[in-house]
Parts: sequence; C-alpha cells; structure tokens
Amino acid sequence: MVLWGRSLDKVGVLGLNERNARYIMALNSRHLYPRVDDKVLTKRLAEDAGMAVPECFAVATTQSDVRDLPKVLADRESFVIKPANGSGGDGIIVIDGRRGDRYRRINGDLIPESMLMHHASNIVGGQYSLTGGPDAALIEYRVRFDSVFDAISYQGVPDIRIIVYRGYPAMAMVRLPTRQSDGKANLHQGAVGAGIDLSTGTTLFASSGNQRITEHPDTLAPIAGNIVPHWERILDISALGYEVSGLGYLGVDLVIDKTLGPLMLEMNARPGLNIQIANGYGLKPRFSLIDDWLKSHPEPATPEERAAVSVGLMRQFSDA
Amino acid sequence: MTTRYVQVLAFFFAVIGFGVFAYKASVLGLPLTADTDRAAWTIEATLKFDARPGPIKSELKVPALTPGFATLSENSVSGGYGYNIDYADGGRLAQWAIRRAEGEQRLYYRVVVYSDPSIEEADTTPPFPDVPTLSEPEDTAARELMSQVREQSADATSLVSELIRRVDKPGEDENIALLFDDAGSSVRRVERLIELLAFARVPARAVRGLLLADEQRNASIRTYLEVHDGVNWIYYDARSGARGLPKNFYVWWRGLDSLAEVQGGSSLELNFAVRRNLLDSLEIAEQRADRLGSHIIEFSLFSLPIQTQAVYSVLLMIPIGAFVMVILRNFVGIQTFGTFMPVLIALAFRETDLLAGVFLFTLLTGLGLAIRFLLERLQLLLVPRLTAVLIIVVFLMLIITIVAQRLGLETGLSVALFPMVIIAMTIERMSVIWEERGAGDAMKAGFGSLVVAGFAYLVMGIDVLEHLFFTFPELLLVVLAFVLLTGRYTGYRLVELPRFKVLAGKS
Repeated sequence: MVLWGRSLDKVGVLGLNERNARYIMALNSRHLYPRVDDKVLTKRLAEDAGMAVPECFAVATTQSDVRDLPKVLADRESFVIKPANGSGGDGIIVIDGRRGDRYRRINGDLIPESMLMHHASNIVGGQYSLTGGPDAALIEYRVRFDSVFDAISYQGVPDIRIIVYRGYPAMAMVRLPTRQSDGKANLHQGAVGAGIDLSTGTTLFASSGNQRITEHPDTLAPIAGNIVPHWERILDISALGYEVSGLGYLGVDLVIDKTLGPLMLEMNARPGLNIQIANGYGLKPRFSLIDDWLKSHPEPATPEERAAVSVGLMRQFSDA
Repeated sequence: MTTRYVQVLAFFFAVIGFGVFAYKASVLGLPLTADTDRAAWTIEATLKFDARPGPIKSELKVPALTPGFATLSENSVSGGYGYNIDYADGGRLAQWAIRRAEGEQRLYYRVVVYSDPSIEEADTTPPFPDVPTLSEPEDTAARELMSQVREQSADATSLVSELIRRVDKPGEDENIALLFDDAGSSVRRVERLIELLAFARVPARAVRGLLLADEQRNASIRTYLEVHDGVNWIYYDARSGARGLPKNFYVWWRGLDSLAEVQGGSSLELNFAVRRNLLDSLEIAEQRADRLGSHIIEFSLFSLPIQTQAVYSVLLMIPIGAFVMVILRNFVGIQTFGTFMPVLIALAFRETDLLAGVFLFTLLTGLGLAIRFLLERLQLLLVPRLTAVLIIVVFLMLIITIVAQRLGLETGLSVALFPMVIIAMTIERMSVIWEERGAGDAMKAGFGSLVVAGFAYLVMGIDVLEHLFFTFPELLLVVLAFVLLTGRYTGYRLVELPRFKVLAGKS
C-alpha cells in the first residue's frame, strides 16, 4: 500500500486530501463559491463577461413560479431543467420533445407534466441544493450537440471539462454519456471520461469508473483520435472562467452546440479527480509547470494569452 | 506556512494536555485504569464499659502521626454522647462525655486508612532525656550495663542494637537478668529499654499500633521501640532487635499510657477490629490533592452530581468517536451520510449492543426507504415529505418495540434510543442518492456509515479510554492536536490507491 502511494506520488497524482487542503483551501475563497454554485448567478456573471452560455428561458424561485411554468414553457419543444445550486449533475432533466401534455425525456421516456412540475417544485424546495436550503429551478436552452462525438456517446450531451489552474488551462477531458449514465455526462453516474491532449485537442483513451478503456461501452467506437472542434475557443472560454469566478482551482464545463459553437455550461469549485485517470497523468506536475511560469512571468495576461501559454506548456505531455 | 502554524498549535495543545495529565496521574495519583483500587483498612476501636451513676467522661487515644498511612476518614458512633477530638502530648485524644447513662455502654471510633508511602515522619527532635534514678539494686545494674554497652558501640543506633542483643540473652549477664526479670511482655520490656537508654541520654519512646491484616475481629496492640539517633526516629523490634516497622504496621499511639480511660464507668474494655476493603482510588486521590493544596481536582468532573457525571462520561467519548470517523474518512476514505451521523448512530449502539444495533438500524432504514419510495409517488413538497418520513420512522420504532416486547426480545425495546431525526434524514438522503445515482451508491454510503458507526462504537466502548477521558478530560487537547494535524494531511486516502492504480504504472 505504501509503495503504491509512493508510485502515485511519483507521477504527481493529486489525492482528495491534498486537493482540499493545498489547492481548494488556498486558492478558492469561500465567498467566491456562490459565483459557481448558484447557476443563476454564474450565468449572469458569464454573460457580463461576454462568455458564451446557453440561453436561460425561465427561473423558478417559488412554488408559484413553478405553477406558472407550463405557461412559460408552452411553446418550447426542448429545454433543460436544473437546480441552480445542484452538484454533480443531480436533478437535471433534459426534455427534447412533446406528446400532447407529456414531455419526452432524452432517453425516450414520456413523463406527464405533473411529474415534471413536481420535480421543479422539489428543486425549489431545496432537495438538490448543497446546503439543503431553498433553491431555484433553471430552465434553459437545450444544447444541440455537434455531431463530432455522435459515434462515441450514447444519447445526452457530452461535455468538456477543463481544469483551470490559476487562470491557465491545465488538463482536459470530454465526458461521454452512456446507457448506464442515463444520458448524463457525469462520471460517477457511469459516463465515460476521455482525456484530451490539451495542446492539440485530440481525444486520448478513456476511463470508465477507475478502469482504462479504449472503446465506448455502448457504441464500441474507438475513443482515441477524435479531434475536438473549436479547441482554441474552448481553451479561451475556460481561461476566462478564472476572471468570471475568481477561483484559482477551477473546473469549467463546456458543450459544443451545432450552431452556437462552444458554450460554458457550468463551473465547479471542487472539480473531481477522475480527470487524471482519463488522461493517464497526475495533475501536480502540470500545476508546478504553471507555478514556475507564473514565477517568471508575473505580469497580468489576457485569457487568450494564458490559453496560448498553456498549449505551449502542456505540449510536453502530448507524446502519449 | 499554515502547516507550520498548525504543527506548533498541535504541539502546544499536546504539551498542555499531556502535562496536566502527567501531573494528575503522577503527583495526585489519579488512577490510570478504573480498577486500580488501593487497599484500605477500616479500623474500629470499641470502648465497652458499665456506666455508673453520674456524668461519664471517656477518652481514647487516637492516631495522629501515621508513617506510611494516610487517613481517608474518621468518625465516631456514640449514641447520645458529646464527641470531640483534641490534640494531646503523643497524639490525639477522642473524648466522649454524657451527663448520665445506664447499663453497658459502647463507644465506637472508626478510621479508614490506606497505605501511602509518601507520608513520612514529620516529628520534632526531642530533648535529651535526664538520667533517671532507679531503686537499688536496679540502679547500679543499669549504670553498669549501660557503661558496658556504651563501650561497645559507636553511636545511638549501634548502642541500641548492642543493648537489645544483650537483653535477648539474659543468661549471660546477671545485670540483664535482674533488670528484665519481670519484663515478660513487650510493653514492660520496651519500658525498661527506654529507661536504660535514658542512662545513655538517648531519647526513646514506645510506639504502639496494629498490624493490619485482612480481617481481624480482635486485633492486638503491638509495642515497638522508637529511638532518636539525633536526626531521625528509628524503630526497633524490642525482641529481635530488627530495625524498622513491619509492613502494614499502623502506628496508633506513642507512649506507654493506657490507650483508653473512663471516668464514671467501670470494667473498661478496649477492642480493635480491622477490616480490609478495596477503596476507589479516586477518593484517595481527592484526599491527596486536598492535602497538597491542589485545586485541580475541585474542578474535576467528580465534583459534579452523579447524574451529570454519567452524562459527561458519554459526552466525552463523542470526540473519540468523531476522531475515529476522521481517520476512516480522511485516511481510509470511507463514504458516509452526513458528517457526524455515524457517531450519533454509534452512540445509539451503546444502548443496543453492536449486532442488535446494526440489525435495528438496517431494519429501520430499510422499512423507511420502502415507505419513502411509496411517498415519492404522491409528489409531496420537500419539507412535508421529510416530516412524513419522520412520523413514519416514529411509527416503525413503535411497532418494532411492541413486536419485540411480544417476542420477549429485550434489545428491541432500545430502538427508541435511536436518534429518529437522524434516521429520517438518513432515509431521505439515501432515497435521493438511490434515485439519482443508483442503488449501488446509496448502499455504499449506507454501508460506509454503518462501518464507521461500528468502529466508532467499538472504540468508544473501550473502558480504559472512557475512564481516562473522564478522569483526565485534558486528554481531549491531545485528541484536538491529532485532529489539527490530520487536518493538514495531504497524502492519499487508502481507497485512492486502487482508484488511481492505472496511473501508478507510469514513471
């Protein structure tokens, strides 16, 4: 066991304790958390900063707002309903069509309007909120995902997670929904995480749970070698996330829309560590590269400049 | 930098905690384990006499200086008599008085003592005795004997040894034979030795006391010789010449006067009874702290009422349970529901025992979950739904208790001690996780909570720990120090090793 720990340390794997004590506590001030935990606030801040985000159709903050929702949504065929203070993708329902007064979920299930409204009222009641307090239900534009990942995702919306360290993109992966994950791009619900070569935007192998895989479990297509479109733009947006959130250890989640291009979906103050398995690298060596860079280049840089620096810095990890 | 501060702070807490602990354990003698009861003896002196008409005054000489023993308590049982204790030459006097009494009278004096080697002779240096004058022919014999003894000795101690050696063989010396002719009893012999030592101007006195054994209904008073060598008092056995008092010898009185007297009464009898009993060493420590003038013990938990003590003996174990949880969560990486829920469940286990507790908890949560899924169909708002779950949990507890009672299972009754709000929250949390992330995750967290609760229960149930933290609450500072240190632990959790195993192969 001890030996294992040492060999993990040698490749710079970041553990939960170290993430919490050394990075989150040192770089992420508590008072900034609402900026990323409250998705309504995140969206407002992001729009102010000129960041591309999915359009928000409605926000329900009270039960009476919930009762009004059917009216507001009357002419919407597809949308996403999610808790403003949720975590880990819990409580998100994606609707992409209607049959009368029933809504079609992305997996094909038809759910009655009353059940959808019950879900919204649960969200408002705080069931998915991190603190258990009152929450808001957010209804927003459902992203039509670019077909580039169709072969390696099963329904749902694949999203791209970038770890941004002190404003510099440090590691990236794309989370691919599977049958098991119910169309959600969430790793602990069974989605597959595929590492992305940060300097080229090409997918590497993937991880499912704690195992490394080379093919998507449902489509059986090889995961490696896909080129993520708009990669530079994606890195720019993620770097801008530092200005929007103020967090030094940040996870930025993006999606690529067919027509709108990359959109920032949400940000996370406590991004998970599985991205290391998907990339086959530990995070710590990359963080120290960025630390060294900042030591020799203390002058402020724009998000675009930082993203470009990261592409250069992380090139040495491209060989894999 | 922060880590350095934390280490300094932790060190500081640990030093204070251990320091107070060490002081209380070694100086005050607070026991480290619950069962280190020390031997204590109850000595009871009974004065029996027949009352004569008129007022009665009775006296008993009672212990004052008792080397090797400390007094825990003393009291007297003497119906109707006025009782007080006075200091007198050679010790203390217990005095009883009554205006009139009839028939056989019994007065009791009881003292509880325990062995305490730190009690030493705190006696003054006596003046040199005057050379006595005895009637002839003893006077000449004594002078002759003592001048011979003095010739063959160097100092007070060797003089006493030589004297006792000679006295032991009366056939060899006619002076001895004459002087100790009537000294059959050790009292007479000691009296004669004191007289003889006065010829050499060596201060000496008689020591009378009891040999404490397990149980003696009629303990006899033994007499020893005590000689001052100019610096210390030294004890001698007047017969064998051996120095020092026998083990467990309790000095009752110094001097040869009779131990008890009565005025206004006749046929006085004095009887001593000794009983050995194990005494809670905490009481002894309290006494000792009192004597040392230490106030620490007055602020201890033992000064609280018994019920409050019982509450604190449980409360003080909660940090220990929480510490176990810290280890299992941050070093091992077990997932649980809520932060302190496992510790609260562990507290409930104390009432039910581990197996019964785990069974009841599983039963309650399982039934609650089933009903919670039924409730889900009703599409209730969050807070009313939580309340509904709570009410159902109470009902389930009621049913389990009644069924258990019917079946004659006593542990079933203790289900009422489970923190029901905690259980209701657990059920709610578990059902949400169940729906959102599947049964696997819900089971994992539920099982993790049970494992942590079980460990916490086992550690909290260690008697030695319970005793230690109750007697030495300052040890919590040591726990605090450890918790602070673990708060800056940045190494891997045990479960992360298999998790990141695929990465370890690379170099």
